[in-house]
Amino acid sequence: MITTSGLTKVYQSRGREVTALDGVDLHVREGEVYGVIGQSGAGKSSLIRCVNLLERPTSGTVTVAGQDLTALAGRGRRAGKGLREARSRIGMVFQHFNLLSSRTVRGNVELPLEILGISGQARSRKALELLDLVGLADKAKSYPGQLSGGQKQRVGIARALAGDPKVLLSDEATSALDPETTRSVLQLLRDINQQLGLTVLLITHEMDVVKTVCDSAALMRQGRIVESGTVDGLLATPGSELAHALFPVGGAATGPDRTVVDVTFLGEAAARPVISQLSRTYNIDISILGAAMDTVGGRQIGRMRIELPGRYEDNVVPIGFLREQGLQAETVDAPSDGSPDVPARTADPLTKEVAK
Amino acid sequence: MTWSEMQPLLSQGTVDTLYMVLWSALVTVIGGLPLGILLVLTDKGGLLQNVVVNKVVGAIVNIGRSLPFIILLIALIPFTTWVVGTFIGPSAMIVPLAVGAIPFFARLVETAVREVDHGLVEAVQSMGGSVPTIVRKVLLPQALPSIVSGVTTTVIVLIGYSAMAGAVGGEGLGSKAVTYGFQRFDNQFMLITVVLLVVIVTVVQLIGDLAVRLLARRGRATS
Repeated sequence: MITTSGLTKVYQSRGREVTALDGVDLHVREGEVYGVIGQSGAGKSSLIRCVNLLERPTSGTVTVAGQDLTALAGRGRRAGKGLREARSRIGMVFQHFNLLSSRTVRGNVELPLEILGISGQARSRKALELLDLVGLADKAKSYPGQLSGGQKQRVGIARALAGDPKVLLSDEATSALDPETTRSVLQLLRDINQQLGLTVLLITHEMDVVKTVCDSAALMRQGRIVESGTVDGLLATPGSELAHALFPVGGAATGPDRTVVDVTFLGEAAARPVISQLSRTYNIDISILGAAMDTVGGRQIGRMRIELPGRYEDNVVPIGFLREQGLQAETVDAPSDGSPDVPARTADPLTKEVAK
Repeated sequence: MTWSEMQPLLSQGTVDTLYMVLWSALVTVIGGLPLGILLVLTDKGGLLQNVVVNKVVGAIVNIGRSLPFIILLIALIPFTTWVVGTFIGPSAMIVPLAVGAIPFFARLVETAVREVDHGLVEAVQSMGGSVPTIVRKVLLPQALPSIVSGVTTTVIVLIGYSAMAGAVGGEGLGSKAVTYGFQRFDNQFMLITVVLLVVIVTVVQLIGDLAVRLLARRGRATS
């Protein structure tokens, strides 16, 4: 639904060149919620602005719903008719809502309809319908200044949906909201995605957002996509940075007399008493070093770091048993020899990053 | 002078002053508003970025603003004569008054429009809005309270200018004050014209403030 290839954006700033996007290839499938996560300055904002060409990429192409937007854009700074029409089919939600304080809530939702040239009556009917959808039918006559942050963002979402878009872009839509409001706004995005079959591309710096609503995710760093895939797939990928960031589990690494294993439970496996079966079957003592359990995209997912006595060689059979049960099991080696512990280190700044 | 002698002079003067100020204010708004918007749009990073147009318009506005009005008034006599047919009288004065106030008002509009949050412009761009749409539906409505307050300031400046115009063949309270108050040493008459001008300015300011308050109330949280 959204494909970018080789997307590059270079800013000229006081004679210096700053590369915000460095060859980004993104592929968002129809009907999914795709989250791009990264720290401030990773290039997320530039990426989402390049998708509807609010910012012109330096090179590379953007295709939305089969239409090559970069070809429509032309050379000038001004957006031509073709690009403007294409934009009207892409909804966008902003971190700071960007509602017009001079218009009522209904007036704000009607704005894109006015741009589309829809007549007065149809416009107000559609606006009221959308306000009903986002649960703000009673606020139609209020001004944005009279609403709370969460309500403003709901108006923003209603406005973004007014042109019946196929694609919704969300630029840190929940970053200015408190955790509870964030949850309800994300729930709304999820509902819209399911009810209207809308494809959603969102950028965020909050892992929770990815955990709550995303089907797929990508991790951005320094203008590049470091990792991407479905959330399920990422969780099942040994050594995935995103998986570790989604489910940070603590605990020491494998030593000479113990084997530390990360176990990932997906779907129905999460409900089975696997650990106690393991303990009974092989008569071994298992200590749990860390664990996290959550619902990702409506599915139960858990991650657990356990310690088995003895060296790795002694534990090949129990680990094999875990894998037989349909679980992901990977041993955690000492940091000196490499990869598996790297994510644990990078997980921290990601989850702790605060709003801009 | 007795009151019955003064009264017709004062009422004629007030009518002429209001006539000159209101018409020139109208011309100023019509001329200054697009100019102010043009200055924002063509500026660096603006929607219609155009350095040449921006610099040229900016220079003209600056020249217009730095000329003392009394000099502009005299320098414009040939132009005024060409437009109105004469350079004397209230109608003729509308020309130099408007020419003097347009650059001033254009800068006020520029400041007001520049203050509109760029996020709103971006939002309307993302809906597929064209530049005229952005101007009509975002920039002007959002900047309206500031623009109205700029109109108030401009009208008050025009009242001051119009009194000056009285010295160079205009009519109105300024002209009456010069002719009767100054040249005939009638201090009482002078005082009354001053009071009248103060009253006019105060009323204009009150009306302007009220309009701004009514407009700004929309956006503010009242719940």
